[in-house]
Amino acid sequence: MEPRVEPIAPKSALQTRSEAIALVLMVVVLVVAPFVTYPLFLMQVMCFALFACAFNLLTGYVGLLSFGHALYFGWASYLCAHAAKVWGFSPELAILTGTLTAALCGLVAGSLAIRRQGIYFAMVTLALAQMMYFFALRAKFTGGEDGIQAVPRGKLFGLIDLQNETAMYIVVLTVFLAGFLLIYRIIHSPFGEVLKAIRENETRAISLGYKTERYKLLAFVLSATLAGAAGSTKAIVVQLASLTDVNWPMSGEVILMTLVGGLGTIFGPVVGAVIILVMQYKLAPVGEWVLVIQGVIFVACVLLFRRGIVGELATKLGIRL
Amino acid sequence: MFEIFGIPSTALFGQLLIGLINGSFYALLSLGLAVIFGMLNIINFAHGAQYMMGAFAAYLLLQYTGIGYWPALIVAPVVVGITGMIVERFLLQWLYKLDHLYGLLLTFGLALIIEGLARKYFGSAGLPYSVPESLQGGRNLGFMFLPNYRAWVIAVSLVVCFGTWFMIERTRLGAYLRAATENPTLVRAFGINVPRMITLTYGFGVALAAFAGVMAAPIYNVSPQMGSELIIVVFAVVVIGGMGSILGAILTGFGLGVVEGLTKVFFPEASNTVIFVIMAIVLLVRPAGLFGRRG
Repeated sequence: MEPRVEPIAPKSALQTRSEAIALVLMVVVLVVAPFVTYPLFLMQVMCFALFACAFNLLTGYVGLLSFGHALYFGWASYLCAHAAKVWGFSPELAILTGTLTAALCGLVAGSLAIRRQGIYFAMVTLALAQMMYFFALRAKFTGGEDGIQAVPRGKLFGLIDLQNETAMYIVVLTVFLAGFLLIYRIIHSPFGEVLKAIRENETRAISLGYKTERYKLLAFVLSATLAGAAGSTKAIVVQLASLTDVNWPMSGEVILMTLVGGLGTIFGPVVGAVIILVMQYKLAPVGEWVLVIQGVIFVACVLLFRRGIVGELATKLGIRL
Repeated sequence: MFEIFGIPSTALFGQLLIGLINGSFYALLSLGLAVIFGMLNIINFAHGAQYMMGAFAAYLLLQYTGIGYWPALIVAPVVVGITGMIVERFLLQWLYKLDHLYGLLLTFGLALIIEGLARKYFGSAGLPYSVPESLQGGRNLGFMFLPNYRAWVIAVSLVVCFGTWFMIERTRLGAYLRAATENPTLVRAFGINVPRMITLTYGFGVALAAFAGVMAAPIYNVSPQMGSELIIVVFAVVVIGGMGSILGAILTGFGLGVVEGLTKVFFPEASNTVIFVIMAIVLLVRPAGLFGRRG
């Protein structure tokens, strides 16, 4: 995909520090928010925000549109739920199990998908995700239509009871911030610069001697892994893993969040996740319209503001976000 | 009645028939996708939703105006095709200069809108649409029972598919189309109205999907999600076949339908996933697809 936000030469203190200021603001909001609104809702928002950030790492920064990210989110969620409920793993090990599952799925799906470019890449990822959806539908351990219900939150490191909402909130906040900062670090590393070079002009990157296939695969696996961390954490928080998490509308939803917030911006996916989840929450009484409204937002984003909210804001103010 | 590999012939040929029916729809839809992609450089994610619109148009025509199957076979594709042309004029035409992926995202949004509206007004349960009287019943071929309607669907799909191939590869209009796909600027310089051709091409591709939808209505129930389930499989079919060749799209569609039917006989657990598995294998062995050009 084309660059969303042009890099700009830093001018004032505000412009050089815009990302750091936004980061501090975000952390403050996340610490204060549970006193203002429902912690459970906020925890879900953070899980989806991390999911969208992970998706953005691949689509926004490498320019590879994955239409099958529900695979990593959903399968991580299943394995984490299974590990916590049936194998009796403690929550941190269950989340790790789910995350590693997603990494493995990402390695297999990624090495197939990167063999094709552009439009075909999107179709391949969608088809592979649909295949794994059918496996989830058929497999015994996933519970089919019922999903895995009543997943125990358990005790963190065998010590801290996560039934306690505050403890759970701190765990989710930690996972989210760790994932977010990792992505931030990746994007600003030399590795991240190569990813952006591939997005802008892959042929040129190859001519400069970069083995772009390897970079693309590693970015794919990282993205899948972080999506898995989000899915696993979500399974522990809402104590449920279900078919909704692996089905194609979930892949569409994460694209929508990222698109609304701003593809290829660091804070865009977070803002997008907040907006889409709040919208779903507010629209719950007229649930049948959610699909239509999501469709309208897709069309509006593509036609009117392809930079997304954060992207537009960053361009207006001449800062990086 | 006899057995092949320990499977009763009726079961084997029955599944083969279902495979050919599914293959007809794969072929019709992937053909439409290929035609649209060739001209617009857009993967039409709304293709499944437009197929569903065709089925609903047939249902509504019968329900509210008493127009039966035969006229619907023409009227529904024309009506849905016109909605397609409106979509192209008002929405898609702004995307041609952008990355292809925006076309995919926009048509995905359209698919959500269409499916959402259908669910809102008709519910998620399937609506029945009966086989036209003149095609009811069937004949016993000795080794299997062949319902007339299914034989009709396969025959008509073959005719429409090869008709489309003939039109694109062997007529003057098709030559304009192929030329405009290669180099629109040059074709415009010859005095051919390329934007209008693009609109008509999209309308034609959408009408093809709606036509498939009308034919599918008596076989499957008419339901809002009938399109989204199908389109993902059709995407896999397109990845396997590649979109470079019209004939390739037709062959891949029918071929994969038959493979899926046979899988249902010998290994039923895998019947939902076999096409995706084949896609994975093709990606490993021949990344450009069976009939595709590299890229």
